Formats: sequence, structure tokens, C-alpha cells
Amino acid sequence: MNIIISNTSDKPIYQQIADQIKDHIMRGALAEAEPLPSIRSLAKDLNISVITTKRAYDELEKEGFIVTLAGKGSYVAAQNKELLRESRIKIAEEKLFEAVAAAKAAEITLEELEEMLKFFYEEA
Amino acid sequence: MENILEIRNLTKTFQGFTLNNISFSLPKGFITGFIGPNGSGKTTTIKLIMNLLRKDEGEISIFGLDHIKHESEVKNRIGFVYDENHYYEELTAEQMKRFVASAYNNWDEEKFTSFARKFGLPLNKKIKDLSRGMKVKFSLAIALSHDADLLIMDEPTSGLDPVIRSEILDILHDVIQDENKGVFFSTHITSDLDRIADYIIMIYKGEILFNKTKDELIEEHAIIKGPLSLLDTSLKNSLIGIKKGKYGFEAMAASREAADALVKAGATAEKPALEDIMLFYTRKENGNA
Repeated sequence: MNIIISNTSDKPIYQQIADQIKDHIMRGALAEAEPLPSIRSLAKDLNISVITTKRAYDELEKEGFIVTLAGKGSYVAAQNKELLRESRIKIAEEKLFEAVAAAKAAEITLEELEEMLKFFYEEA
Repeated sequence: MENILEIRNLTKTFQGFTLNNISFSLPKGFITGFIGPNGSGKTTTIKLIMNLLRKDEGEISIFGLDHIKHESEVKNRIGFVYDENHYYEELTAEQMKRFVASAYNNWDEEKFTSFARKFGLPLNKKIKDLSRGMKVKFSLAIALSHDADLLIMDEPTSGLDPVIRSEILDILHDVIQDENKGVFFSTHITSDLDRIADYIIMIYKGEILFNKTKDELIEEHAIIKGPLSLLDTSLKNSLIGIKKGKYGFEAMAASREAADALVKAGATAEKPALEDIMLFYTRKENGNA
């Protein structure tokens, strides 16, 4: 598992860690029930403070991506992949809705909007 | 959370300097950085903890025990690295080590040998012939070889090259793999702490300015740069250590809200390093605002 930390990023380090672990879980690189490194060993390997890794794990736990058992460590939580995908689809739908509303306000045609969407989809 | 070290209302007065009624505690399992410019009271505080100086007032307890009443027990469990040499100059490192080892209950000769090898310590040389870096490494090897529960280090990295410094920081991480141990690390080279410190205590002119997690400190502070006209508004009140230049000002905002308001008004905000925070807080005291 790769975790790359940037010190110059505006994103706090705990967030960078949480996001990357989340991605690993989504892409299946970290499987269900797989143990995660302890907060202390992860802090050592990333050369950052224990409090930072702890906060990343707390965040992941709050969002249901991992579970922590006292004295045993943290594991990748049983993920409902279907549910994860659904929630991501919902986010995309909401953003699209916003884009449509903005387009209508600017009198952009559906065709023009499709053009834009196509461009961004291929560029992103 | 259990505290490995607790200091309450500690006071010590010298001519021209007072360590003024300071209180703080160290939770176990973490690395705490003790920062402040030279002459702020870092070494005085550490000497008082180690009972190398007599306190005027206050309480110090280590592992829940009074540091004077239980001095020998407490010291057995502390690894101490001090920036001045406190060994006998005429002994060789090997002789000195044997002498010191006999004082500890949990001396681990194997561990010492492995650190001595790792640090490249010339054990047959006299202490007085060791370079400053070697003396620090020698004292660190000793501090790490008796299974100490608390490492107290006064400026351990000053005068050491970056390679050794980074090795030492690695070793500190090793120490706190055991969540019952703690590290208290004084330094004015704050870049050593930017990454690894969990808590930061800043002392200035004998008083504690703040005691927070490093992440909180970095997140709530921002370096602000902006046009001089902003200083004529009420936004000025949220700035610390303002430095005016010909083309604009530079200062520090101590909260997210203040930084956001300043950015809205046309300033830029940057993430600070610990050194910036130390600098701006002490600049305020210099009366440049």
C-alpha cells in the first residue's frame, strides 16, 4: 500500500492519509477485514506524529471504512460495495443537478452542456 | 489519559530571570516538543525536573512520584540527554559507560553495544577527545540502554548534522512504539519537530505561551501577507507580530476565522511551520506591532 504525503499541500496530513486509505479500500487494494498498520508504526514509517495518524484513523472509523478493536488494532470494515457505489452516484447526480441549474440560468442549451460534459469527462 | 510527567506552579528566580509559575503535563505515548528562543527557560525547567537545580516553589511528579522524594527510582526510569557534557573528561567512553551502567537496574549491555556500533562511537577514546556530535550520541546511547520510560532531552540535536538528526528522530519514533513511554524534547531547531512532535509546549521569558497538539497549532495559525491598508481596519486586532514593509505587511493570524476574514479582504494566507509560529509570537513581544 502506498501512502504519499505532501508537506506543501493545503490538505492537512491526516486528511491526506484518510483519503488515500479510502481510495485503497474503494479500489479493493485493501480487502475487507485486512489489518491496517498500528497508528504508531504508521507514524514511524511516514515520519509524522502519532496524533496525526490517530486522527486519520478516527476519521476513517467515523465514516465506516475501518473498525478499531481495543488492544487488537484496526481493520478494514465490511464494506457494502453496492452502497458505496450508490453514495458516489448520488454525489455525481447532485453535482450534475447543480450544473444543470447553473446552465439554465446562463441559457446554455442541452447540446452545449453535453459538449462540455463530454470534454470534462475525457479531460479529467 | 495518564500523565508521565506533571509540573504544577513551578517557580525559580535567578538574578534577571524568573521561571514564573509554570504548569504543564506530558501524556504518555507521545513526543512532546519544548520550544522557545534561547534564554526562555527551557534548560532551567529541565534542570529543575532532574533536580539539578533547586526549585523555589511548585510540584513536579514523574510517573506519579515526587521527583525529589523518589529521586533514585525516578531517575532509574529516565533517559537523560543533556546539551552540556556531564561526564568525566579523563575517562574513556568505555570506562564511563561501565561507571554509568552500574547505576541502572535495567542496564542492557547488548542494546548499548548495538547503539555504539550504529552511532560509530569510538569507545576507547577519552570523553574529552570526542567531538560534540559524538558526545551527544554517547549520551543518547546511554539514555536508550536502560529501558527508560521517559526520555528527557535538552537540545539533543543542536550541533549535529542532518543525517544524524534524522536518525535520532527515527529512534524517538521507535521509543514511542511502546505507548507507555514518552519523550520530552527541548529544542530551538523546531524543524526537527515539524513532523514528529505530537504536542508542542512553547515557553518564552519564563512563561508558558501555549501547550497544544502540533496539528492544532499548525491548523489554527496562518502566515498572512497583505497590503498596508488592511492594518487601518479592525482586522489588525486579530494579527500577531505584525511586520510592516515598504510594499505590504507580514503577520500571523491565530485562528481560522481571522485568516479567512483577512483573505476575503485581500490578504494571502500560508500554512506556517513551527518556526514561523515561534517567530511571530516572540516578535509581538519585541514591540514591533
